[in-house]
Amino acid sequence: MTALRFDPPTLPPGAEALREEVRRFLADERAKGTWSPRGDFGTHPDTAFSRLVGQQGWIGMTWPRQYGGHERSGLERYVVTEELLVSGAPITAHWIADRQSGPLILRVGTEAQKQRFLPAIARGEIFFCIGMSEPDSGSDLVSIRTKGTKVEGGWRITGRKVWTSNAHICDYAITLVRTGPQEPDRHSGLSQFILDLKAPGVEIRPIRNLAGHHDFNEMILDDVFLADDMLVGQPGDGWKQVTSELAFERSGPERFLSTYRLLAALVDRGGTAPDDRVAEATGRFVAHMWALRGMSLSIAGMLQAGETPNLEAACVKDLGNAFERAIPETARLVAPSAMPVAGANDPFETIQAEAVLNAPSITLRGGTREILRGIIARGLGLR
Amino acid sequence: MSDLVFDTADRLFRDAVDKDLLDRTEAGAFPEALWQAVEETGLVEAFADPDTGVADAAAVLRAAGRHAVPLPIAETLLARRLLQRAGLDIPAGPLALAPTDVNDRSAFAGGRLMGTFYSVGWASRATAIVALADGHVLVVDPARARIEPGRNLAGEPREIVTIDGPPLAAARAPIMPETLRREGAWSRSLLMLGAMETTLEVAATYANDRVQFGRPIGKQQSIQHQLALMAEEVAASAVAARLATERLDGDEAFLAVACAKIRCGEAAGKAAEYAHQVMGAIGFTHEHTLHHLTRRLWSWRDEYGRESDWSIELGQRVALVGANGLWPWLTRA
Ligand SMILES: Cc1cc2nc3c(=O)[nH]c(=O)nc-3n(C[C@H](O)[C@H](O)[C@H](O)COP(=O)(O)OP(=O)(O)OC[C@H]3O[C@@H](n4cnc5c(N)ncnc54)[C@H](O)[C@@H]3O)c2cc1C
Repeated sequence: MTALRFDPPTLPPGAEALREEVRRFLADERAKGTWSPRGDFGTHPDTAFSRLVGQQGWIGMTWPRQYGGHERSGLERYVVTEELLVSGAPITAHWIADRQSGPLILRVGTEAQKQRFLPAIARGEIFFCIGMSEPDSGSDLVSIRTKGTKVEGGWRITGRKVWTSNAHICDYAITLVRTGPQEPDRHSGLSQFILDLKAPGVEIRPIRNLAGHHDFNEMILDDVFLADDMLVGQPGDGWKQVTSELAFERSGPERFLSTYRLLAALVDRGGTAPDDRVAEATGRFVAHMWALRGMSLSIAGMLQAGETPNLEAACVKDLGNAFERAIPETARLVAPSAMPVAGANDPFETIQAEAVLNAPSITLRGGTREILRGIIARGLGLR
Repeated sequence: MSDLVFDTADRLFRDAVDKDLLDRTEAGAFPEALWQAVEETGLVEAFADPDTGVADAAAVLRAAGRHAVPLPIAETLLARRLLQRAGLDIPAGPLALAPTDVNDRSAFAGGRLMGTFYSVGWASRATAIVALADGHVLVVDPARARIEPGRNLAGEPREIVTIDGPPLAAARAPIMPETLRREGAWSRSLLMLGAMETTLEVAATYANDRVQFGRPIGKQQSIQHQLALMAEEVAASAVAARLATERLDGDEAFLAVACAKIRCGEAAGKAAEYAHQVMGAIGFTHEHTLHHLTRRLWSWRDEYGRESDWSIELGQRVALVGANGLWPWLTRA
């Protein structure tokens, strides 16, 4: 049995000053009317706001300076990330590029790709999304059918991607494509490409979600030509590349803070002398959040030290997602009802409604709870 | 340092505590030889080092929990710490500690302690009862107290102690009653963590060994997922307990200990539930060792305040810092 490890992290000196800097920035910009809190990290993109964040040096924070990065530690990035999330700032547009696409290019991309894409990502000028899922391939990702065929000077790609979040506002999609046979095993033969979403043959169609919002899309790829220099990493290494960054993708504060604003709204609604129901609920949520943050920070520290705590990350996501979903379920039962005020928007009710409607997505995106539990079980030696 | 302490305690307890010892202790015997070994290895002095004491004590408690050690380890550790802080002599042997509950009542006046404490661990086996009353730390001779028998769900002595008379020694209390309650809750969090760790190991091993329908039950997804959930609970508890240990003597001790007791207490109930489900009828027998762990989990989550008690108190503090103050509080702590 593999014991799960959560080493104590050490925040670098200056982390708290950085935290204050982020808080000041958010307060100043909010006072100017640049932004207002809305949604969770996956909704409400605001490309202008993302550019502002880029100007602060808070995108690509850990990347080398020569590629527009700022060579700060992963724990400093953690501090910035959690402050942005808790405030409800609209960071969706640059989220994927900062967390996934940029690090992928940095790790396996060519020198030309690094120079071309990373500085622009870090400035908040270009945005990426992820084209992995397909109509017949969700959890079982290796079964994808979008096909890439080698041609003179590049590849021709044909297929259909679904649930591509924010493809309609992004410039590129890191797209997973089958380019070879499933040999020697079924994980072989997949490759990742940087797909220019304006390229001929790419069609993006909106898919409205149950809340009526347009966040994700369908992407039709009809014989799209991608030059050789749009392949990321080695042909056939796609699966290895996709799975090697899972600890980054599953352990961050976005995996347990999606409904933080509702918790804050519940505290607000409870007043300074809350009844026992509200006090018990908020106290219990704070205890859960405290432990989750401790786990997540610990993983950030281990990642910074060059380790790959994939199992621990799966724990954080599964527990964190359950926590995020419990908040609206409990809040609706314990929140004292407010007196209806004609014409006024009640902030608690608004956030609560949004959280209930968004809840189902939490335990699906980024790996379903069933898949995560399977990973942990394997770590326990059970498969 | 603390790793070494943990290894020492873990080895000692693993070698010495078996099912037979647990059953005999529950039937009323006191494991004298094991206690001697605990004293000789210096484990009861774990708090002594001013720098690493809290972490060392946490290591001892976690190890004690892992092996369901049937001794007043937590009580003795905390009582010794209290005596030391009060500048009083520390008697050898196991010590009992009071109060343990907000319902306990006591008064110290005119050189006389009068009090009733409802759930004192191992009072009848202790060489001294250490009590905190009316701003004083008092050392009481158990022979001069009225002790009514009682046990928690795990069969650990939890006795009703009535005292009316002069203590053997007294000094001004260096801490408030809340601090003692906090330290008690912290000790239970570490004990629960240890017991959950072993419970998970026992259940995971069993799932790989037990064959039904021609294959190990651990191949069944439902069993895998219950064990995964259990591992998550243990992981969250480990981090919550560590955060509390790091802050036990700090400004944010209340926050950190409340979170640990709430989180570990909730996890304890879930871990016990999953473990028993995975282990089937054999785990429900007296013959199997599982219940020595799970009955302790069910007991310890109730001691020094249930999850609900701590949650309400924490929730009230959260209300005072307010929605805008909550995040700054958590990130400062
Ligand atoms: C809001 C949102 C945004 C998303 N954004 C993107 C994006 O930007 N890019 C992208 O590529 N994808 C995106 N996705 C897709 C997401 O990755 C998939 O939804 C997810 O991988 C699950 O696939 P599926 O929806 O096809 O469900 P399925 O895989 O069909 O699963 C359905 C159910 O069966 C369960 N199941 C499947 N296999 C097993 C198994 N072996 N054992 C037990 N249970 C199993 C699942 O856990 C789930 O409960 C997004 C999804 C959502 C909801």
